[in-house]
Amino acid sequence: MKIRIKFAKSGNMKFIGHLDTMRYFQKAMRRADIDIAYSTGFSPHQIMSFAAPLGVGITSDGEYLDIEVHSSRSTAESVNALNQAMVEGFRVLDYRQLPDQSKTAMSIVSCADYTLTYREGYETDLSIGQLAEVIHSFYEVPEKIEVVKQTKKSEKIIDLKQLVYDFKVVEAEGKPAFYLKVSTGSTDNTKPELVMEHFYNYLGLELADFTFQTHRHDVYTGSKENGFLSLNDMGEVLV
Amino acid sequence: MSRLALSDEILLTIDQPARYIGGELNMVKKDPASVDIRFAMCFPDVYEIGMSHLGIQILYDMFNRRSDVYCERVYSPWPDLSRIMKVKQIPLFALESQDPIKDFDFLGFTIQYEMCYTNILQILDLSQIPLHASERGDDMPIVIGGGPCTYNPEPIAEFFDLFYIGEGEISYDALFALYKQCRQEGLSRADFLRRAAQIPGIYVPSMYEVTYGEDGCLSSFTPRYDDIPAKVEKQLVMDMSQAPYPQKPLVPFLKATQDRVVLEIQRGCIRGCRFCQAGMIYRPTREKDIEQLKTYAYEMLKSTGHEEISLSSLSSSDYSQLEELVNFLIDNFHDKGVNISLPSLRIDAFSLDVMGKVQDIKKSSLTFAPEAGSQRMRDVINKGLTKDIILEGAGQAFEGGWQKVKLYFMLGLPTETTEDMQAIAELANDIAVRYYEIPKEQRNGKCQITISTSFFVPKPFTPLQWAPMCTVDEYLGKAKIVNEAVKNQLNRKSIRYNWHEADVTVLEGVFARGDRRIAAAIERAYEKGALFDAWSEYFDNDRWLEAFDETGIDIGFYTLRQRDLSELFPWDFIDAGVTKEFLQREWKKACEQTVTPNCRMRCSGCGARKYGGGVCFEDQN
Repeated sequence: MKIRIKFAKSGNMKFIGHLDTMRYFQKAMRRADIDIAYSTGFSPHQIMSFAAPLGVGITSDGEYLDIEVHSSRSTAESVNALNQAMVEGFRVLDYRQLPDQSKTAMSIVSCADYTLTYREGYETDLSIGQLAEVIHSFYEVPEKIEVVKQTKKSEKIIDLKQLVYDFKVVEAEGKPAFYLKVSTGSTDNTKPELVMEHFYNYLGLELADFTFQTHRHDVYTGSKENGFLSLNDMGEVLV
Repeated sequence: MSRLALSDEILLTIDQPARYIGGELNMVKKDPASVDIRFAMCFPDVYEIGMSHLGIQILYDMFNRRSDVYCERVYSPWPDLSRIMKVKQIPLFALESQDPIKDFDFLGFTIQYEMCYTNILQILDLSQIPLHASERGDDMPIVIGGGPCTYNPEPIAEFFDLFYIGEGEISYDALFALYKQCRQEGLSRADFLRRAAQIPGIYVPSMYEVTYGEDGCLSSFTPRYDDIPAKVEKQLVMDMSQAPYPQKPLVPFLKATQDRVVLEIQRGCIRGCRFCQAGMIYRPTREKDIEQLKTYAYEMLKSTGHEEISLSSLSSSDYSQLEELVNFLIDNFHDKGVNISLPSLRIDAFSLDVMGKVQDIKKSSLTFAPEAGSQRMRDVINKGLTKDIILEGAGQAFEGGWQKVKLYFMLGLPTETTEDMQAIAELANDIAVRYYEIPKEQRNGKCQITISTSFFVPKPFTPLQWAPMCTVDEYLGKAKIVNEAVKNQLNRKSIRYNWHEADVTVLEGVFARGDRRIAAAIERAYEKGALFDAWSEYFDNDRWLEAFDETGIDIGFYTLRQRDLSELFPWDFIDAGVTKEFLQREWKKACEQTVTPNCRMRCSGCGARKYGGGVCFEDQN
């Protein structure tokens, strides 16, 4: 049966890269006695895939991995067993059964949302109100926001308006912060920092490296037209 | 969330930030204010290498079982971070608490290979601890060294306050008790060191006076005070089943070199190969109890979640209950997706059967370490492997489906002739011939035989410690002879040949048998930028040659001389168990090409019997 696991990555664990996070979970499955299925052959590996790799330095409350198991305890028991096997900074939030014909999370991810807070020493002089006005004219008013995207080989023009589903200023610990909901996945992956870079350019400012601490809230499937659905909501709780 | 010593800006700029944040599974957390002794344990190489070391895991676990000690870890910052820390004057910190090392009570180094010596200086330097023990004040950590290289600690003696000679399980309790007592009594660093030098196994370099003769050799090595012992006795564990062993080893996030459960099955080796330091200094061979090993295997796989378990020993085939242990591991864990890796196994029917069960035969290769190409040369080094045994093992393996063979040899052994070197290529060819004896329809294409040669470095406390080494050019000439000989073999297309760098070998030779005067060159090389010398991409031989030149040290004096039997060696003050008389007997037998039987066949009176256990007393209770 197919299982989707939701987990949070916080604190110092933001420095653990995607591949190492995968290896960490492979070992955690064994420690938690999850009856995970293995591929066949001489070097069998666990059947496991991640939804959307999280960059080094980013924290998250909504990471997903899909696994296949032969048998399973309940959601509550499994979450508990996995959390017994976690280190500080990794926390399993949910464990749900997916319909057998489900596609992997990786192939259906379409969007993710983030909050970007200012790191100490990088704060802006602008108030929340002022920033809201600039976002209005930068993001809400125009039909198109065409920007140049540098890729490894070439550069291309992309339209941020099509890739950014929500952009607003919020308050975090008395300071301004930004909420962004952006296109995610293998085709139109948009980094929230890229949007902020163009936003800063629009303000006539250069965005310094390390200005923001990025935090991911959740990962979704679906589309802007038909609505987004959290990957977690696609599974059933096991009782 | 615990505070980190490095800022996000630094951690997100450097390679592999996970090396510096700690927080790994099974990391020990204590309140530093609640302990009497803070111990920083260092492996002076990059994190992924250091985290793979079993000895640190054992001591980390053992120290932290004490409620009055908090043992933390520190590894060499990679050059990218090292530069930043130096420029920004960020003091080097321990992974657990992220506190500066300079505030600790002890800084302990495990010293596993000579080419890490500049990394030791980097650790001290970044920690803002004076490089020379003599310049450290009462507020600085006690810098302590242990591990195989401390069987000749002299080249690095002035950088250390004390060395621990032998296996770490024994004397640390006494050392910690003394430290606490000295602290309570408000005694100085010098007073503590003077008393520590009286604990068995503890060597305090500053308590000994060294003089040299006109020939440049050591002429005397004497304690400065009457209460300081003239000989420092190696410490070793005699009750292996009572020795602590970590059942919850640390599991790094980064892929360490040793990314698996390591089950130590025995210490020591019965074989007595004359070049092998480990085979001498870990005498006598001591086995662990099989039932305990089974429990450990289960507990450690459970607590780590590792997908592989490996047996650790110098010669696993000599563990008397190997078959039972390996079958237990296969029966209990192999079906659960746990790989079983079996290094240092003799190739025979049993090991081939086991490997056939746990490995992909098509991908895996067989490893033989004949160490020398000719039988004459193997008799010199007392390597029991014969050509017949190798061909028999290889033949069985080829018939079982294997087609890759790796062969390890040494060049530059004493008494070596051109014929001995050419015999390396001939042996590889004979193995290939054996493969092609299998009917074409039963074999799977060509065989692949890889020859690797390293250059022999004589080590202290081995029978070959008197032997001369060669110059870099002579070593390369030897590799060329082998390379030519490979090209002349009928099956040359099935044979590949690699050889090690010769310049590193010469330096290793200087450090292995050097004296206190070498320290100046090590320090100069570090000042010139030498770091991570064990990494070929960072090793710069010219820098080292300049450092020796500028400090007036003649490399040839340490490497090219055949040492006289009466010469006083810098390491002779250590009692490593094996007596100098035994080593001299073995050196003479080497020169006469006479073999010595292994410990189970006949006792050779090496001296290790005095420890009262292990293989010396097998079948006698």
